[in-house]
Amino acid sequence: MTSFRLNGQDVSVDVPDDTPLLWVIRDEVGLTGTKFGCGIGMCGACTVHVGGRATRSCITPVSAVQGAEITTIEGLDPAGNHPVQEAWKDLQVPQCGYCQSGQIMQAASLLHDYPQPTDEDIDAVMGGSLCRCMTYIRIRDAIKKAAAATRGEPSNG
Amino acid sequence: MIGRTAILRLAAGAVGLGAIAGVGFLAYALHPAIAPIAPPAATSFSAESIERGRVLAAGGYCAECHTRRDGQPGIPLAGDYAMATPFGTIYSSNITPDAQTGIGRWSLAAFTRAMRYGVSRDGANLFPAFPFDHFTHMTDGDISDVYAYLMAQKPVHSVKRENTLPFPFNMRILQAGWKLMFLHPGAYQNDPAHDAQWNRGAYLAEGLSHCSACHTPRNAMGAEKAGAPYDGAPVDNWIAPPLNATNPTPVTWTEDEFFQYLRYGVAPLHGSAAGPMSPVVHGGLSEMPEADVRAIAHYLANIDHADARQPGDAQHLTAAMASSTRDLTTPQTSDPDARLYQAACSACHANTGAKPVLGRPELALNNALWLDEPTNLYQVILRGIGTEEGQAGITMPSFYHALTDADLARLAAYLRRTRTTLPPWTDLEKKAAAVRATLPAPPVAASH
Repeated sequence: MTSFRLNGQDVSVDVPDDTPLLWVIRDEVGLTGTKFGCGIGMCGACTVHVGGRATRSCITPVSAVQGAEITTIEGLDPAGNHPVQEAWKDLQVPQCGYCQSGQIMQAASLLHDYPQPTDEDIDAVMGGSLCRCMTYIRIRDAIKKAAAATRGEPSNG
Repeated sequence: MIGRTAILRLAAGAVGLGAIAGVGFLAYALHPAIAPIAPPAATSFSAESIERGRVLAAGGYCAECHTRRDGQPGIPLAGDYAMATPFGTIYSSNITPDAQTGIGRWSLAAFTRAMRYGVSRDGANLFPAFPFDHFTHMTDGDISDVYAYLMAQKPVHSVKRENTLPFPFNMRILQAGWKLMFLHPGAYQNDPAHDAQWNRGAYLAEGLSHCSACHTPRNAMGAEKAGAPYDGAPVDNWIAPPLNATNPTPVTWTEDEFFQYLRYGVAPLHGSAAGPMSPVVHGGLSEMPEADVRAIAHYLANIDHADARQPGDAQHLTAAMASSTRDLTTPQTSDPDARLYQAACSACHANTGAKPVLGRPELALNNALWLDEPTNLYQVILRGIGTEEGQAGITMPSFYHALTDADLARLAAYLRRTRTTLPPWTDLEKKAAAVRATLPAPPVAASH
């Protein structure tokens, strides 16, 4: 039995210790916003926050998150209005959308570490989050827009 | 003929001397049993003594080695932990107060003799897998508090497995010879050349918390090498890094770095307490008073000559941070090893500032990249780090299925080449397979 908090709710699951966290989130708890991409931690689609840090859930065993605070895309903001999500909507970042919850979770974590990210910061941290639709330019713009909004600066769209 | 007589006399003399020495050795090696007692009631100890003993037992990690971990996990302190030694496997004893299978019938005198001289209640010599060569330095008061704590626990009836030590290593009487050479019994004596904090740190580090049991290499007899204190050593398929001035990390382990590491499981400029070091922090030192952990940090920073080494730190830190984003920013690199690093590692490990962000461990500063072997790097990549290990609350995934041995070798070679100034590691793929083989099972199921 592994227990942790998921989006503010206590969760206990009775699954083998080596079960990937992603399976627990999607199949046991039923939150399907977090996506399966490569299954080997190389694409970023399955990114969630564990203790506030962006974490690849597809290769994280559930036993490793005992007692942790976990946030998925569903819990990032109760109304889906986290500054990153707002910027994503404003700039219409997604194309097919499959990688986007992972991108948003990674971006939110980036802004926590680097509130005013430069292109270098974005390249270094977001480089492991792949987008097959090549929305990278819009992702970069949206991260900067979200950073400006977080700082309280007026949006220049 | 004269010569022959002389030789015979010499031989007789040698036999005689040998016999005297043998008698002397037996007198040293044989110990009487200490009479069993009726197990004392938990209420016969003061609550204060039991509580002090609880903290001391944590700081000495009693439960780490006296609790079974393999197969069916055991009850804390009930023993049967399998200790792989170069001589064979030793299973730890049950130290709950069970009268038949534990230490319920041990008097305080018997317990104190075990801690100070490595002798069981029945008089048998204990194997030094039990670090009595450190516990001997504890005070009588501390030993009696640990006794009170252990005797106040719930008795657990549990029989340990038989040791697999082959002859002659299974002969307990030979342990007396070991002690003659390597045991320096007696409570710690303050060194007047140092202040009270240093002496408190030395008392804890050398005695109760037995740091050098893992961080000092051992000789062919399994004793810590007297000439190489804190030089670092292999332990449980990891490497316990050097704690003296030979520690290779670019930034010095200062008192504050040691303190953060030992208290909270993460040193901002070094990394987190993974593997066998994690329970030392989270199950052990975190229970101790902050001043005691600070004293250990103070003592260790003196051992590694932190004061003398610190002046170079700013320059080394700058160099390490400059290497952190190498190959990650535009223009994009076509180096496939760098691309592998970017896909698997940099989202969490790249740092763009002047110092690492806490929770974003900087590999260029980490022990794992600067040791002589890639063992610890491989261990962490393959196992990952749980939220209850290292920096509490956060986790590193397990790349067991994500990376092949060839991938691990590429990453290790790349990081060593680009994030350190040291010569390359050798036989990387073979060593990756060797470390992988030490894991009892894949930590995480394959996702696909």
